[in-house]
Parts: sequence; C-alpha cells; structure tokens
Amino acid sequence: MEKIKCECGHENPYGTKLCEACGKPLEDEEKSSTLLDMRYDGVARRSQTYNKTIVDKIWNFFSSVKVGVWLIILTLVASSIGTIFPQELYIPNTVDPAEYYREEYGIFGQLYYTLGFHNLYGSWWYMLLVASLGVSIIVASIDRGVPLYRVLKNQRVTRNENFLKRQRLFGQTKTENIDETMEKARSLLKRRKYKIREENGHILAEKGRFSRWGPYVNHTGLIIFLFGAMLRFFPGMYVDDLVWVREGEIEAIPGTGGEYYLENEQFIVDIYDKENTDEVFLDALERTEGPVIKNFQTNAVLYKRVDGGTIGEEPELEKVKTHEIRVNQPLTFDNFSLYQLNYKLNELNKMTFTLDHRETGESVGEIEIDLFQPEEEYDLGNGYRVVIDSYFPNFTFNEEGEPTTISSIPDNPAFIFRMYSPEHPEEGEYSFVGIQRNEDIFKENDYQMSFAGIETKHVTGLTVRKDLTLPFIILGGVIFMIGLIQGSYWSHRRIWLQRIHGEIWAAGYTNKQWESLKRDFQALEEAGIQMPEDRLEEKEKQKEKE
Amino acid sequence: MVEISRTLLYIAFILYLLGTIFFAVSVTGKKWRDKDGAMTGNRWGFFGFIVTTIGFISALGYFITRWIAAGHPPVSNMFEYLTALAITLSLAFIILYLIYKTNVLGMFTLPVVMLLIAYASLFPTEVEPLIPALQSDWLAIHVSTTVLGQGILSVGAAAGFIYLARTLDFTQRGKKVFWFEFIIYTLTSLLGYILIRYIFQWMNYTAQFQYIDENGQSDEMTYHLPALIGPNEGELLTSGVMRPFINAPAWIRSDDLNTVIWSLITGLIIYFLLRLLLRKPIGARLQPFLKGIQPTVIDEVSYRAIAIGFPIFTLGGLIFAMIWAQIAWTRFWGWDPKEVWALITFLFYAAYLHLRLSRGWHGERSAWLCVIGFAIIMFNLIFVNLVIAGLHSYA
Ligand code: HEM
Repeated sequence: MEKIKCECGHENPYGTKLCEACGKPLEDEEKSSTLLDMRYDGVARRSQTYNKTIVDKIWNFFSSVKVGVWLIILTLVASSIGTIFPQELYIPNTVDPAEYYREEYGIFGQLYYTLGFHNLYGSWWYMLLVASLGVSIIVASIDRGVPLYRVLKNQRVTRNENFLKRQRLFGQTKTENIDETMEKARSLLKRRKYKIREENGHILAEKGRFSRWGPYVNHTGLIIFLFGAMLRFFPGMYVDDLVWVREGEIEAIPGTGGEYYLENEQFIVDIYDKENTDEVFLDALERTEGPVIKNFQTNAVLYKRVDGGTIGEEPELEKVKTHEIRVNQPLTFDNFSLYQLNYKLNELNKMTFTLDHRETGESVGEIEIDLFQPEEEYDLGNGYRVVIDSYFPNFTFNEEGEPTTISSIPDNPAFIFRMYSPEHPEEGEYSFVGIQRNEDIFKENDYQMSFAGIETKHVTGLTVRKDLTLPFIILGGVIFMIGLIQGSYWSHRRIWLQRIHGEIWAAGYTNKQWESLKRDFQALEEAGIQMPEDRLEEKEKQKEKE
Repeated sequence: MVEISRTLLYIAFILYLLGTIFFAVSVTGKKWRDKDGAMTGNRWGFFGFIVTTIGFISALGYFITRWIAAGHPPVSNMFEYLTALAITLSLAFIILYLIYKTNVLGMFTLPVVMLLIAYASLFPTEVEPLIPALQSDWLAIHVSTTVLGQGILSVGAAAGFIYLARTLDFTQRGKKVFWFEFIIYTLTSLLGYILIRYIFQWMNYTAQFQYIDENGQSDEMTYHLPALIGPNEGELLTSGVMRPFINAPAWIRSDDLNTVIWSLITGLIIYFLLRLLLRKPIGARLQPFLKGIQPTVIDEVSYRAIAIGFPIFTLGGLIFAMIWAQIAWTRFWGWDPKEVWALITFLFYAAYLHLRLSRGWHGERSAWLCVIGFAIIMFNLIFVNLVIAGLHSYA
C-alpha cells in the first residue's frame, strides 16, 4: 500500500491517522471531530488497516481488546464454576468420584460430575480458553506495540496547529515577552523532571515515556509464564511422587532412577500442650477441641548411590547430607525437593510371641517377628520350632469366609502358626493368632502362641517433587511484575509549548492521570502561561447543565 | 501486651469515628460553600485527616504489639485478617487523600473501616498458636502484601461508590437506582449483623442443639442467635429459648444460614428506617452534598486506587502466594478454592483495566466495576473462607 506523505514532509505508513512526526490529522474523519483520538498516537495498526484475507480476520479478532476482555471474563467465570464443589483432586482418593459427587452433593453434584466440572482446570476447553488468551495477548501486543514504538521515536517537537488545537488540554497565552516566558516555562518543567526537546523555539516536554512499555513488558511476562506452565506436560519436566519411610529405614527416592536414597532417622511430632506453651495462647487452646499440632518433622539423611553397583544388588550408598524436613522446610537436592506432607504414628513393626505349654503355663521360648519380613521358621532349640504357615498383614475374612489380607501394610496382622514340639515332631499343631484373637483350629492343642509385645514405628510421608518449569515461571513472574509496576506507577506525560501567531499555544497529553498533568500546568502559571482548559470536563459539565 | 494491643485498637476505632464525623461535617456543612458549591475556608477536612492519621498510628500500634505478644504476625485468623484489612483500608485512604485531598472519600471510607473492625471482633479474638503450615516468614510477607493490595483496591470501590452517588439520576426509578440502593442495603445488613450479634452476645444468649451431621453422626451445635432455622433433625437442649421454624438439611451449615437470615432481616429493617427518615432513596439524599465534586476527578481517584492496588495485590496474592505454596505445599499452584478466587480477583481487575482502554467505560461503568471488585474481595475473604473452606481455612 502506498505511504501517506504529510505536509511536513514525513512519510507515514498506510492507515496512519495522525502524522507520526507532526501530528497533523491525516484523515477526513479525524478532521471533523473536535477532540483528537490520541490512542496509540494515531498510528497505523495492522488490525485497523486490513480486513480482507482470512489471516487479517483472525489477526483482527485476536487483537481486539473487546475479544481480549471477553476471554478474560470467560476464564474468570469458568474458574469460579470450578470452586462450587471440590475438584476431583481434593476428594478422598479411595472413593469412586461418580458416587462421591452424587452422594455428597445430590443432583447438582451428579450434574457437576457429568459435565466434567470435577476436573475443570484440566479440561480441554479450559486449556483452550487459556491458550486463546495467550494468542490474544501476543497478537494485540504486536499490533499496537510495534507502531507505537515507531511513532514515539519519530515524533517531532514542532506540531501541526490542528494537532495542538484539538488536544484535551489546550490553551493560548498572549504575552509581552515570549522569549522570557518560554525560558521560564522551560526551567519550571525541567525542575519537574521533564525531558525537554527544543526546535525553532518550540518546546516538547516529555516524562515517563518508558511507562508506555509497561503493558508490553507485562504481557511478555505473562506469555513466558504460560509457556512455562505448558512445559509441565512434557515428560521429564515434572515429578510428583510420594514416599513413605519408616523410622530407621532407608528407601529409594522415586523419580530419581534409583540414584538417591533417604533414611528416616527419627520422626517427631510436637503438640501445643498446656505446660510448654506460651501463656498468651492458652485461651485459644482452651477453645479448640483436640490437640493442636506444633511441629512434625523427619530427621532425614540423604544418600547417593555410588556408581558401579548393579541393579538388584544391595546398593552402595554415600551420605550426602542430613536435614530436618518440616513443613515449610523441604530438603532440596539436584532439582528435587522432599516435603513433609504426611505421617503415620505407631505403625506396627514387630511382634513378639512366646510358645507356652498350655497346662503348665511354662514358656518354651520367645520369637520376634518382623511384620514386613517375617521369617518362615523360628527354631527354639530342643526340638521346638515355630513355622509361619500363613501371614495376613491386614487381616479380614473375604466373601467366602476365608481369611485374607487387604493390603501388605500390617495394620491388623494375623498368623497361622505351626508349632513343632517333642510331642508333635511330625505334623505340629496349628494355631491361629491375630489381634484379640487366639484360636486353635481343632481346640485340643498342647501348646499355644501367646502375645508378648509389639514394637511400633512412626512412618513419615514425603512428597517428592521435581519441577523444571520453575525457572520459566519465575522469569515470567518477575518480568510481569516489572511491567506491571512500570505501567502502573508512572504515566507518560507530554506538554507542547509552541509560538504560533505571536502567542504561546500550550497543549498536553497523558495516557492516564490527567489531574497530575493539570498540576504540572498549574505550575506553569508561574511563568505566565495560562492554565489550559480541560475540554472533556467542560463537555461533561455542559451535558449536566442540559 | 495483648491488653495494650486491644486498647490501641479500641482507641483507633474511636478516632476513625471522629474522623468520619469531621469529614462528614466538612462535606455536608453548608457555611463553607460558595455559590458554586466549592469549598472555601473549610478546615474540618484537615482535622479529619489528622485524626484519621493518629487513628492509623494507633491501629499500627495494635498490630505491632500483638505481633510482639504472639511472636508471629497477627494475620493468622479471621479476626486478625479482617482487622488488618481495615487498617490497610485506612492507610490507602490516607495515601489517596495526600494525592487528591478529597474529604468526601474519608466520609465514605472510614465507616467501612469501622464496620470491618466491628465485624472482625465478632470472630474469636484470642491469640492463637501457629500450625506448622503457617510457620514461615512468608506468612507475614504474603498476607500483609495481599491485604494491603486489597485495602487499596477497596478505596477504589469507595471512590466508585461516590461517583455513582454523585452522578446517578435518582429522580428516575430504574435498575441503576435499585442497584445503588442495594449496595447500601448490603452495608446495612453488615451493620445489622454486627448489631444483633453484639446485642445477643451482651444478653449471653445461647441455644444448644443435638443434631445429625452429614455423616449421620450425632453431634451438638451452639447457636448464638435465636434459631429461625434449626440443624438437621435438631433437638433443642436449652430450655426457655425460641424454637426453630424449620430444620435445615444436613449438608447446610444451619447456624451460619440462620445468621445470614438474621442479618438480611435486620439489614432490611435498618434500611427501611433510613428510608422512612429520609423519605427518598438514600442516594438522592447524598447527592446534594456531593455537588462540589468533579466526576472526572473522583473517577480518576478510583482508577488511581486500582492502578496502585492491582500490582500490590498481584504481588502478594499471586506471586508471593505461589512462592510460599511451592515451599509449604510442594506446588506453586493447586487450584485450591482460595487460590482460584485470588486468580478471579486478578482477572476481574485485569478486565477492568482493559475495559478502561475502550471508549465509554470511564466514569459510571467503571465505577460499577470498582464496586463489584470490592464484592469479589469480600466474597473471597468471607464466603470462601467460611463456606468453601479448603487448605486456607481460618478461624
Ligand atoms: C490475564 C491476562 C492479562 C493481563 C493480566 C493483562 C494486563 C495488562 C495491564 C496491567 C495493562 C495496562 C493497563 C493500564 O495501564 O491501564 C494492559 C494493557 C493492555 N492489554 Fe493486557 N493483559 C491481559 C490480557 C490481555 C489480552 C487478552 C489482550 C488482548 C486484546 C490484552 C491487550 C492489552 C492492550 C491492547 C493493552 C493496552 C496497551 C497500551 O496501553 O499500550 N491484554 N494489560
């Protein structure tokens, strides 16, 4: 398309409304209205100029602020729907979600589940919405940012009369001594930290131009942030796992490929109790039911596998560091963090039994069973042996009435023992022993297994997390904040003072905060320049009177 | 120390009350008006400002002494959080007063500050020890920044409200007047809630119920207001108190619902008493006092408040929040309801800022948006905390 040449000699791109150099209105439509539309200084924006091809149409769609606002509002509304009932993430994971929503929240819960709102933030349409938001931000920013940069760089000090006359703040001053007034004004503006440019005795005073880039900087930050959030879906970027470690034990840390191991030396829970707590808290503790937890922590040792060990063999470990893992104080190493998340107190770990003669009550010997690795046979000497026939770590009866186990965690251990003794060297005697349960199978045994004691251990539950997207998220966040502050806490102000027809013409423009700009003009009254009138305000007052 | 802290807050409350009165006198007093309605020789606004500033310093004293007493920043439960919001709201007012010198802003902001403090004091006010998740320096950093941002955004809402009172045409009964009066009604409901709670607290009113909770367990519940609505299969254990009209189903927190109904009714009564007294929509009575204010100026005040508050809120409510969530909860974002509502607040104000780029969205529409923004903030604070309670549950 052809360029538009202005009177002042500057060549403007096709579609420009106000000459980039002198500000002269270039289009008829602009000539007719009293106040100039100063948005983006009247630059040629692609979206306002072309609307033929499909690319133009898509471009124009996404560059529209109206569309942008709709996308923001839609995201907002969608997000709020997701908080009506808990997301699937937050319901107990032992239940069937379909049932859960129906039972907890009735018909609405069922509807919620059917519509997929229980997993709203991971749904394709929510992601599509956020993606469109991203596209819109990029397109809108390029559409405006690039030409805005051009025009602010090319602007000339001397402006067209028509440009000045039709600013929101405009005033004419007759004065005896123009030179003196201009000089005074210049130094006043300088004192107010304006950057002054002069040309043929005209002045352009400008301040805070960099704040115009604020939105573009913050949009860039947003895009980097969204990009970082998207990376989550690439394999290897993100690990979210859980490891349970019993006191005194060492476990491989999942996600590290068997490279790191963690030992739980000790697990501690403290509660706020009446004795050891500061007295200011007593009233509050009085009111709450149940104990208030003060701290829970894992005294952990991190180990690294020494190279060369073959898989399956006992790994050779090297101590890396020790750390007290608490909530808010994760253990970090090599992009990984281990967080104190959960715990289980007093998990059964070992059980001891004695083999007793029933009639005399005499004890033959004692066996200690590691509930996680029970041995098959315990030899007590002198012909006495105990064999574990069956072991049910978490015992229950199944539908057929047979003993079985729910899991391999010994929450409710039960055993079927075979007791060998000099009296029963061949077959032995059967005994079924569990918690609160000690039965002969045939009710005629000479010997019995008596419960003698248990040993329990605390178990710590740690979240294993690696998140390689964090650098992007942080970078995006930082850039976003910088741009936001840049655009919000400063404003771009321009004051033009020109000698025209023996008068001083003063005009002012700011992208926000007109009251502050007016105060700058008030200061210029000292130099003898009349306060320009605010024509928008005049117009409104006029309207109110009518 | 806790006693000193309490006293300082009490003093602050009184000073805010004085400030309100001074600002109201400066705005409504006739003799300082010249014929254009502009102020001349009016020193009441200045007194109001001084009193408010001393009130703020006293409130700051409350904050610091309570911090020292508890050993952690006093922002860990509903009472402390709402009080902090009230304090930042007064601070935000002071900042904007310094920029724009608008007395009328004080007349509308300070009553809200007082309402917030009175409301906050209805929650348990004891100093509570911190649970492990809150034991972090980020508690102070995250919460104080967020609450400051919310305070500043709220002043924007007050300015928006003033804009509406100044410009709406109250001679025509339409949607706009209705919604404006509705805003006033929500404020009278809050006032109503505070009043009846204090009245029944003063009378030591309690009604004990035995009821069946949503898990089918039998439990007990104590009402502090007469029960209009009882709990699920509730049986009154206290004698000589009012019986409920109906019982709520198990999944509703019936004592909360009961309180809400009481507040709405009392609010309605207060509102109609006001109407009877004034014989016109409240806004129509306010408007003549506001004639001296330039709409473009008050519009800019509200926008300026949002422009200052938005980055601070974003920093505290999203960025610091994410940093802390990464440290305490293993992930910077987890779609917890409170997090989502912070995001919604953020998106809402982002939409506001973008709408202001378009023509026709300055002034009135923008003022409505500011008021809605405040409603979202309060919703997040009160409803999401007390009803949707996720990881953030206070109180
Ligand atoms: C959640 C997403 C977004 C955030 C947080 C955001 C943030 C901002 C902020 C803070 C401003 C400065 C406003 C002011 O100074 O008053 C701004 C300006 C702007 N935004 Fe966004 N924005 C978002 C999405 C979008 C979208 C989707 C569009 C697409 C149309 C868009 C287009 C613009 C434009 C055109 C400007 C004005 C630029 C200028 O004044 O030079 N933004 N944005």
